[in-house]
Amino acid sequence: MRQITHILSKEFKDYFVSPIAYIVISIFLLVTGWFFFSTFFLYNQANLRNFFDLLPLTFAFVIPAITMRLFSEELNIGSYELLLTMPVTFPDVIIGKLLAAVAMVAAMMLPTFSYAVTIAFLGRLDWGPIIGGYLGALMLGAAYSAIGLFASSLTRNQIIAFIIGMAICFCLTLIDKMLFFFPQALLGVISYLGADVHFQNISKGIVDSRDILYFLSVVFIGLYGTNLAMQEKE
Amino acid sequence: MIRVENVTKYYDDLCAVDRISIEIQKGEILGLLGPNGAGKTTTLRMLTGYFLPTSGDVHVKDYSIRENPLAIKKLIGYLPESAPLYHGMLVYDYLDYVAQIRGIENGNKVSRIRQLVDLCGLGDIMHKTVGELSKGLKQRVGLAHAMIGDPEILVLDEPTSGLDPNQIVEIREIIRRIGKEKTVILSTHILSEAEATCNRIVIINRGKIVADGSTETLKQSAHLQSTIKLSLLNADLADIKTKLAGIDGVVGIEAFEGDDKKMIGIKISCGVALDLRKAIYQKVKETEWILMEFQQETHSLETIFRELTKEN
Repeated sequence: MRQITHILSKEFKDYFVSPIAYIVISIFLLVTGWFFFSTFFLYNQANLRNFFDLLPLTFAFVIPAITMRLFSEELNIGSYELLLTMPVTFPDVIIGKLLAAVAMVAAMMLPTFSYAVTIAFLGRLDWGPIIGGYLGALMLGAAYSAIGLFASSLTRNQIIAFIIGMAICFCLTLIDKMLFFFPQALLGVISYLGADVHFQNISKGIVDSRDILYFLSVVFIGLYGTNLAMQEKE
Repeated sequence: MIRVENVTKYYDDLCAVDRISIEIQKGEILGLLGPNGAGKTTTLRMLTGYFLPTSGDVHVKDYSIRENPLAIKKLIGYLPESAPLYHGMLVYDYLDYVAQIRGIENGNKVSRIRQLVDLCGLGDIMHKTVGELSKGLKQRVGLAHAMIGDPEILVLDEPTSGLDPNQIVEIREIIRRIGKEKTVILSTHILSEAEATCNRIVIINRGKIVADGSTETLKQSAHLQSTIKLSLLNADLADIKTKLAGIDGVVGIEAFEGDDKKMIGIKISCGVALDLRKAIYQKVKETEWILMEFQQETHSLETIFRELTKEN
């Protein structure tokens, strides 16, 4: 447990020592800010619906960019060998890195809270969906981070890790919008696989155990895959 | 202290290490020698728990690398080849991070880092990022990384590669100093280095151990012909050849050009594991020759190494 916190804090600091954090956060804020506020006054409603609607798609691009370096960089420069010969276990490393990515997502989401505060001045804001939305964003962020982490553990090339991670996240985001491609019998299963639906449920303020279970499963599968990829390297 | 038992490692079809067994006692400085691709690094990586052997087992104290890798990793400080450290981190931050992972209490951390800074000469580079360091400096940071947890066993993969001669001497000095209290295992392909620092040498070739012992025993046991060099005055070559060839054990006599044209230089090859100095001296004494130089060429580790690892 102590090792996890050490790895977490090291990885989290690394984001802010290098320019990655600042670049990713600014791009994220620019994109979400523009798409949210460009139509906000047309709708004339005091809520963050639009912001949270778009979030899964933005996350599908941004989060793999956050996670791509976590293993690829270590494999590329060889520090992976130093890491694994220190007294740490695979789960320590994997969970530490995942939490660092999730903390980074949280840091990225933090400035957007000012949208909510601003809107609260403009009209009567229902805080339920806002809190749900941020909670959902954190869970969605954890799920996508786990996928990105898995992609990163597959290759020593960060660009490939980014593309693999993005492809998987993109599919999860959009799969329930492409249901007409699939046979009728599979529709139930496939619509359950889509991350967007589960996230939108939570961001409406409905925290359902099924949605939480979905995100936890994605995190678990991502981490399990990462663990397998690490073992494979032995 | 360390028992490597019948360890084999395959990379796909390639057998990198083939049934190696070594037993290492506490306080030994063991040098692992071998040509490129002999399996040195692979052996060290299995020893440090970076990957598991395909078959066989490594025991450190009472722990097995298969069952208790974490306990073994706590006992071992490891410097991989060419010190692959995180590029973006400051040297201080890096050592601080390693100290935390190694479980050094916050109270002792700064003093421990300071000790290592003095030992490894890192004083001027603590505020630099690892990426901007030269290879030699990086190597020193790597050495500090390996030693920070005060491990009982230190495993160093080519610790002096990329260092300048002064630094090499310094690092060897550090290794010898550490070796008084701890067990050190280092790999190298520089033979003089192994000779200077190690008290036991294991030579591996193509994944197999071909020699194991102290430098002296290796030299003695490597059944090689020894050579005696003589420089004589007041003598003629044909005469020398007939007289000395009569000594038992002389295999060949050969003249060579010395610096001084008046002297005759000869090289006498002696049979395996024979010391003919006494017999030769007595022979020379019976004659009118004046003995100017008399020297037995001992075989360096280099000859032994080449003999043992040359391709058939």
